[in-house]
Amino acid sequence: MNSVVLNESLSQASLLVIFASMLVFTAAFLVSGWHLSKAASKKVKEVKASSALERVGLSLAVIATLVLAAGVIMRGIAAARVPWSNLYEYSITGALILMMIFLISIRVPEVRILATFVVGFVLLVLGTAVSLFYVEVQSLMPALQSFWLVIHVLVALTATAFFSIAAALSTAYLLKTANWVEKAKTKGVANFKRVMGIFPKKETLEQLAYRFNIVGFILWSFTLIAGAIWAERAWHRYWGWDTKEVWTFIIWTIYAGYLHANATRGWTGKRAVWLGLVGFAAVVFNFTIVNMFFKGLHVYSGL
Amino acid sequence: MSLPQRYDAPDIGLTGWSRWIWRQLTSMKTALILLLLLAAAAVPGSIYPQRSADPNGVAQFFDNNPELAPVLDFFQLFDVYGSIWFSAIYILLFTSLVGCVLPRTKVHYDALRQEPVKTPTTLSRMPAYQKSTTPKGLDPVQVGTQILRGRGYRVIKRGNSISAEKGYMRETGNLVFHLSLVGVLIAVGVGGGYSFSGQRVLAEGDTFVNNLAGFDSLSPGLFFNPETLTPLSVTLDKFEVDYDFTNKTNIGAPLDFRATVTRKTSSEDPGETSVIQVNAPLDEPGASLYLTGHGYAPEITVRDANGDISYSGATIFLPQDNNMTSIGIIKVPDNQPEQIGIVAFFYPTAAELSTGAYTSMFPGIVNPLISMNVYTGDLGLDSGQSLNVYALDTERLTQVAGRDAPTPGIVLELGQTKDLPNGLGTVTFDGIKRFASLDIAHNPGQFWVLLFSLLALAGVIVGLITPRRRVWVKSTASGFEVAALSKREDPRIEEVVRELTQEIKKGSK
Ligand code: HEM
Repeated sequence: MNSVVLNESLSQASLLVIFASMLVFTAAFLVSGWHLSKAASKKVKEVKASSALERVGLSLAVIATLVLAAGVIMRGIAAARVPWSNLYEYSITGALILMMIFLISIRVPEVRILATFVVGFVLLVLGTAVSLFYVEVQSLMPALQSFWLVIHVLVALTATAFFSIAAALSTAYLLKTANWVEKAKTKGVANFKRVMGIFPKKETLEQLAYRFNIVGFILWSFTLIAGAIWAERAWHRYWGWDTKEVWTFIIWTIYAGYLHANATRGWTGKRAVWLGLVGFAAVVFNFTIVNMFFKGLHVYSGL
Repeated sequence: MSLPQRYDAPDIGLTGWSRWIWRQLTSMKTALILLLLLAAAAVPGSIYPQRSADPNGVAQFFDNNPELAPVLDFFQLFDVYGSIWFSAIYILLFTSLVGCVLPRTKVHYDALRQEPVKTPTTLSRMPAYQKSTTPKGLDPVQVGTQILRGRGYRVIKRGNSISAEKGYMRETGNLVFHLSLVGVLIAVGVGGGYSFSGQRVLAEGDTFVNNLAGFDSLSPGLFFNPETLTPLSVTLDKFEVDYDFTNKTNIGAPLDFRATVTRKTSSEDPGETSVIQVNAPLDEPGASLYLTGHGYAPEITVRDANGDISYSGATIFLPQDNNMTSIGIIKVPDNQPEQIGIVAFFYPTAAELSTGAYTSMFPGIVNPLISMNVYTGDLGLDSGQSLNVYALDTERLTQVAGRDAPTPGIVLELGQTKDLPNGLGTVTFDGIKRFASLDIAHNPGQFWVLLFSLLALAGVIVGLITPRRRVWVKSTASGFEVAALSKREDPRIEEVVRELTQEIKKGSK
């Protein structure tokens, strides 16, 4: 006879801790944004002061990530299993993994400037999670009690983290190279152009995005294979064009196209960067709309 | 060699044209566009229900959209992944792939056996370059050769310079990846042809025998031969479900399903007991058995007016909701004096609603109850047609007990016997068994699909992370020069040149 013990008060506490992490993330977001606006200043003194702001912003991000980690771990203990088996849990664990990968990546100095984008995105994810996706702790339905599923989801979330950072780099690239920014006809745009001016040069942004996307693509390929192995164990076939399988395939194929674009004359640069963002849009679509509204065998979003 | 032909367009001829088409088809741009087309073409299959994955959804779609559905069907939007247009895209893509990758394989094979290219005359034009003075008594070319060889470069000495190259694995990985994709496609196709999958519902005590008659339904692949079904019988001894009784937010959630079975491969085989769980199928040579569903099979006995048993046994009741309210159909053609049909509802934990109807409050058995509507008339079983055992066509029948009849529905607790109306006999609720739905399937290709997928994964990892670099060292009158070139963008290339320069200088000590 199997039984589980779900700890509801711990799960409530976990939610509070996650709210607390969101407060710190908000502070990190504001400070990083402030850093961006200061750094665009013409005055040398202010530009100097801004690098201190950058450090403060990143330190706040580290603290927020530690708090978030505590919240996620508490959720796992409360549910007596890994904390990634419904949409709410994917979101909080995914946000945590994204922050961890980002904070490791800032050893590459050019990545630091993305803090505002990444922390902003994490806030968006956490906000959506607690307001739209929240569910009480539940036991794992038998269909999900699989080692392959644990691996499959974890790797998918990690791949998504790499895709997200690449998307931030790509967005920066597009903002920097957009016609309306380069022409800078109004004063507001001119200020914005100065902000973009402190981002790495466009070749660097493009190359870094390419490298993050490569890692994401490799992890996503693994996700695809692990998913197929699990599907064979659970449903007797490794592939059945179930809705989520279809979207995993679509995302993989778009990113394969992106890699090709980077090696195809006439497609490198802006076009390839756009293609990478199309891939990321598919990732987000799959995570939200497909999970919530599309019918399929993967009916475990928990909503 | 074909240049003149190309300028002379009107005379380009059939071979010229086919060559032109082939060149277009195998270009990177075509591959890219076909990949994006494939991604786009996969989308509608996630929007509209597909016959392969969700046949009931398709039927429902036809009911709800009688006008639109046939149009969509004409464009094969309910069979996207087998449709002409989807197939056309991936067949073109793979043709392009083969046409692209085979020549590249030849080129790469030759490159592997050739020496690194000549040292360019002006090294300073290379993307990474450094010059340095030579410490006394040092031969930079010789030291450089040693260092680069130690790093896995292929090195060739040419006069006062060396030319070195590394990273052939990049192209190797890339080729392995693309060729493995062809392997995946073939394994999927051939494996699918020889595979089968079928369903069988077993109540506790029932036995599945692995032959055509043993399946409730079977979908064979194109080349499937029933003779190849391996001798096997599997008896469902016991089916257990653990429900959560303790956690408030989770009451009634299933925690585990276990089907205990005895498998035999021949009549002499004493049998062996195993447990099938969701995610843990029973793997036999030639067939695996997967647990895909479950429910209750109440045991019911009907005695007719003469007191003879006209129906008896465990009947599969299909679950309707999370609390396992289930519906079962009982057809008793041999009942005297009249045939009867029963639509029965089973509530594992029954509770009465204010309307007088029943509902189930918990999926486990706490307070089991059956309620029945009874019909008389010709059940149509003699016509020889195979009728759906899970449905009763009540249109031509007369309801004798139930909401639309003079006698209210029959309600039975476990162990109770009650009279049927109009002296038709009695009905008894003897006991409760469970049933398990099993998928029985085999796909001889899946091992190969996995193998080629892993090979592709390995190939793509090696291909994407190996940098391909050429490095040159040249001694000059005033010292030596180091330069490097990479096939693609390479963040470390300047570092490589800097490090190498340092080490060559150190080599003198
Ligand atoms: C099923 C179809 C295909 C898929 C999924 C696919 C996927 C990929 C991926 C993921 C890469 C990056 C891997 C690496 O660089 O090691 C790649 C690279 C490449 N692909 Fe494909 N490919 C496909 C078809 C084709 C076709 C039809 C061609 C030829 C026209 C082609 C030519 C190439 C080339 C030349 C590269 C190397 C690019 C570079 O230098 O980095 N591929 N492909």
